[in-house]
Amino acid sequence: MTKRAKWYWGIPLWILAIAFLAPFAWMLSTALKQDVDAYKIPMQWIPDPFQWDNFSTVLSGATSVLPAFGRSVFVAVLRVAGELITATMAGYAFARMSFKGRDKLFLVYLATAIIPAQLLLVPRFIYFQKLGLYDTLWALILPGMFTVLGTFLMRQFFVSQPAEFAEAARMDGANEWRVFTRIYLPLATPVISALGILAFVWSWNDYETPLVLISNPERYTLPLSLTNFVDEQGQIAPGLTMAASVISIVPVLIVFVVLQRRFIAAMTHTGIK
Amino acid sequence: MATATVVAAERTTVRADPGPGIKPKGWIGLLFIAPNLLGVIAFTLIPLISVIVLAFTDWNLVSGLGGIKFNGLDNFIAIARDPGFWSAVGLTLVYVGVSVPLTVMLGLGLGIALNRPLPGRAVLRAIFFLPYIVNIVAIGMTWLMLMNPKAGLVNQVLDVFGLQPGWFASSHWALPALIVMAVWGGVGYCSLIYLSALQDAPRQLYEAADIDGAGVWAKFRVITWPSLLPTTIFLLVTLIIGASQGFGLIALITAGGPGDSTTTISYYMYQTGFQFYRFGYASAIGLVTFVGVLVLTLVTWRAQRGRALHD
Repeated sequence: MTKRAKWYWGIPLWILAIAFLAPFAWMLSTALKQDVDAYKIPMQWIPDPFQWDNFSTVLSGATSVLPAFGRSVFVAVLRVAGELITATMAGYAFARMSFKGRDKLFLVYLATAIIPAQLLLVPRFIYFQKLGLYDTLWALILPGMFTVLGTFLMRQFFVSQPAEFAEAARMDGANEWRVFTRIYLPLATPVISALGILAFVWSWNDYETPLVLISNPERYTLPLSLTNFVDEQGQIAPGLTMAASVISIVPVLIVFVVLQRRFIAAMTHTGIK
Repeated sequence: MATATVVAAERTTVRADPGPGIKPKGWIGLLFIAPNLLGVIAFTLIPLISVIVLAFTDWNLVSGLGGIKFNGLDNFIAIARDPGFWSAVGLTLVYVGVSVPLTVMLGLGLGIALNRPLPGRAVLRAIFFLPYIVNIVAIGMTWLMLMNPKAGLVNQVLDVFGLQPGWFASSHWALPALIVMAVWGGVGYCSLIYLSALQDAPRQLYEAADIDGAGVWAKFRVITWPSLLPTTIFLLVTLIIGASQGFGLIALITAGGPGDSTTTISYYMYQTGFQFYRFGYASAIGLVTFVGVLVLTLVTWRAQRGRALHD
């Protein structure tokens, strides 16, 4: 078989791709429509007239999602930074340093890695209430800063790096911190960025944790705040909800488009969402 | 996501050995691990032990910390007799049993199709992957409106075939609606994983098969499918766990209804714990579910033994 591109092979795929994109197109179209047009039959793809007000409503005044956006950024930044710092250090030590009980401790880590987060929600709910952290952003941030999974990923990387670098540096009198920060950490940049991307997406999209641990709407993160837009009858207001949804997608989309290759490598090499 | 870790662990053969020569002092290594370890103990290990202990207690929010009563195996006996639990197990099996194989199969087809040189392949790949990276609230809200039984886009299209499913308003169609969403959301991810596995496909075997005059189907059955089997198992396991543990979409869109037609096991636990605040019982349900999923995972895992293509 020849390796030349046969363009007509692409036709069914492009049709399928358009079907896959339809919900996003619908989201964007509805975000720019008046609510009365949202359920028009037949479907109106190009809004008439364009209702730009939906975006100004969700970006300003009492209904603004910007505070929630800010909280999501705050949570994501601390979670990503915390996870990267603690996971690289621990992963490095598990891989490249020896101490008593290291392998047993790592087995404990592995065993906890298969525990689904959902199982831990009940005790976390209780603890955070006792600690006074329930209904604060710290309830979302703290568990995300210290992860078994991140540590595991970093260990897998450092294990594949030669030990000779460290030996040579130690011979030259470098201390352990220098060996780590000057030699191994720079090598780990691709893995660190992959973990960073994953951690950001997890944090940004997390809905279940804040659903359980946050109750005050003034502390809602972005996914929770998308459920705020209802009309007088308690029905979802299509235009505002979709406008806010579009805004919630933008940061992940930017990361995805800008870092597409790293992003895809992160997803496929780790096989983890 | 957790299983992926274990899958990856099995793949790892490299030993963690600092090598001969000067060895750093033991306490320094512990110092490196300490920040992560302390956090993991506080936010993962202690909650984990607690959930196991709580599963053997009768405790709710009202009775307070002093009201914790150990009740032995009572929770587990109650679970065995709880029709709500078994209904949820059945629905979960249907949801997982339909959505996961469908997602993996379509993902495989898509992965193979995208493995050919095509105009705009990178764009296509990105489009199929897109649903996977968007938060489930935006996705859920969109599909809720798309699947509006009277005027949603989906039913406008299906009207051509004379079909008008009630989707989330109907106790028959709510679960299929969730399945449609799950498949739409997961196919791109599967195709991406398959795509990266196909890059490592044994090229010389295909060449040998070409020389033998093997057809497309024969090549798929004898070479492609066996060489992709570990990937397939990995995806099955990951998706089974994901599909059986998530309750976010259900909490958002159907709240387990209409009736209890979408009360899957994870939503049932969420309801028991965070709407009725029966912490002991919810912990027991969580534990039973976890063990059940673990067994299911191990069975899937075992199924691949000896069947994969070793090169």
